[in-house]
Amino acid sequence: MVDKLGSAMVRAGIGRGVYRVAPGLYCAGKPDGDSPVLVTANYKLTFDILRRQLTGITAWLLVLDTRGVNVWCAAGKKTFSTEEVIRRVRDARLDQLIRHRQLILPQLGATGVSARVVKQAVGFEVIWGPVRSHDIPDFLDRDMKSDPGMRRVTFSFTERLVLIPVEIRLLFKTFLWSIPIAFLLSGIGPHIFSFRAAWFRGQWALMGFLAGVVAGTILVPALLPWLPGRAFALKGGIAAGIAGILVGIVGIPELGMVAVISLMLLALSVGSYYGMNFTGSTPFTSPTGVEKEMRVAVPVQAVTLALAIILWVATPFLG
Amino acid sequence: MKDFRYLDDVTTLAYDAERCVGCGMCEMVCPHGVFQANGKKVAMVDRDGCMECGACALNCPTLAITVNPGVGCALAIIHGWLKGKKAATCGETSCC
Repeated sequence: MVDKLGSAMVRAGIGRGVYRVAPGLYCAGKPDGDSPVLVTANYKLTFDILRRQLTGITAWLLVLDTRGVNVWCAAGKKTFSTEEVIRRVRDARLDQLIRHRQLILPQLGATGVSARVVKQAVGFEVIWGPVRSHDIPDFLDRDMKSDPGMRRVTFSFTERLVLIPVEIRLLFKTFLWSIPIAFLLSGIGPHIFSFRAAWFRGQWALMGFLAGVVAGTILVPALLPWLPGRAFALKGGIAAGIAGILVGIVGIPELGMVAVISLMLLALSVGSYYGMNFTGSTPFTSPTGVEKEMRVAVPVQAVTLALAIILWVATPFLG
Repeated sequence: MKDFRYLDDVTTLAYDAERCVGCGMCEMVCPHGVFQANGKKVAMVDRDGCMECGACALNCPTLAITVNPGVGCALAIIHGWLKGKKAATCGETSCC
């Protein structure tokens, strides 16, 4: 129960950086010298998910110090690394404890671990286990034979949705800053500054910003395969276009065409940016591809945002 | 990945069939099925499915595979542009 609450909190981004277990050797059941050794990271969410799959299974759990980061990200940052595996195997004196010479590592650890070098250093053979711990019982049952499905990463609707709370949490500081900025920019007018205008127009400015945020951080993850285009900046822009049009339709009587266009440009640039940022949370975009996309998208987003701000500030002067 | 396609022809993945000894490690560690056993060697069956994670290159015993892995987060890339490649993280609130 406590673990479930903890899991929910880190999924929302609370305490995510310090949600760890101590590295070292743990037991599932009462393992002995013949029991398998499963290697994992010290992010508590990872550890808990793994443990949950091991009811009825007897095994050793060798937990690496990945600074509280999950297996795949840690492998990419080289903390779930060849060196760390070697270090933990030596610290736990596995060669004295274990009769066999096999370590089962999660397949996604391969990004940071060279099986060959581990074997040379500590004499243990690295067996690549399935991607998901959910498949470990079957994998062990079949004497460590996998089917192709066990070795593929997916990105289902649910898997995409659980990423949204953290995305929102990460932009919270930006959102807080957007409030005073929106009101300030909205109050500028022919009478230097109007608090009334700041209040009324500021709310609309925030709506435009929020339309972009919702498009980029909620609609893009949720509707990912159905939004047109391969580039995420484009998907974000399209989602933001739709959200922006909705805001525009509601706002046009009170604001007029120029201001509505400004709000739409604001939503477009913000939505495109946050949609583009979602590339970092997917298991299929390549860094080279993201950089290529960004070299075109970021300048376009910057110019669109600048235009939006100019039009917004200019509107009161246009009578 | 079959269901999710990103940009085509951008990956830095390179495979030298001459060096391949058919150990099958790349096929085993790739999360997107880029490589497939093909007789005595492997074949790159879905190069555009590559996300540059680097698992194949790190585990190839003959260095037949090379790839340029990196951080894919947009904010990190922007920092890299502004402050140089070494500064490519998203900052204090970094996820990794």
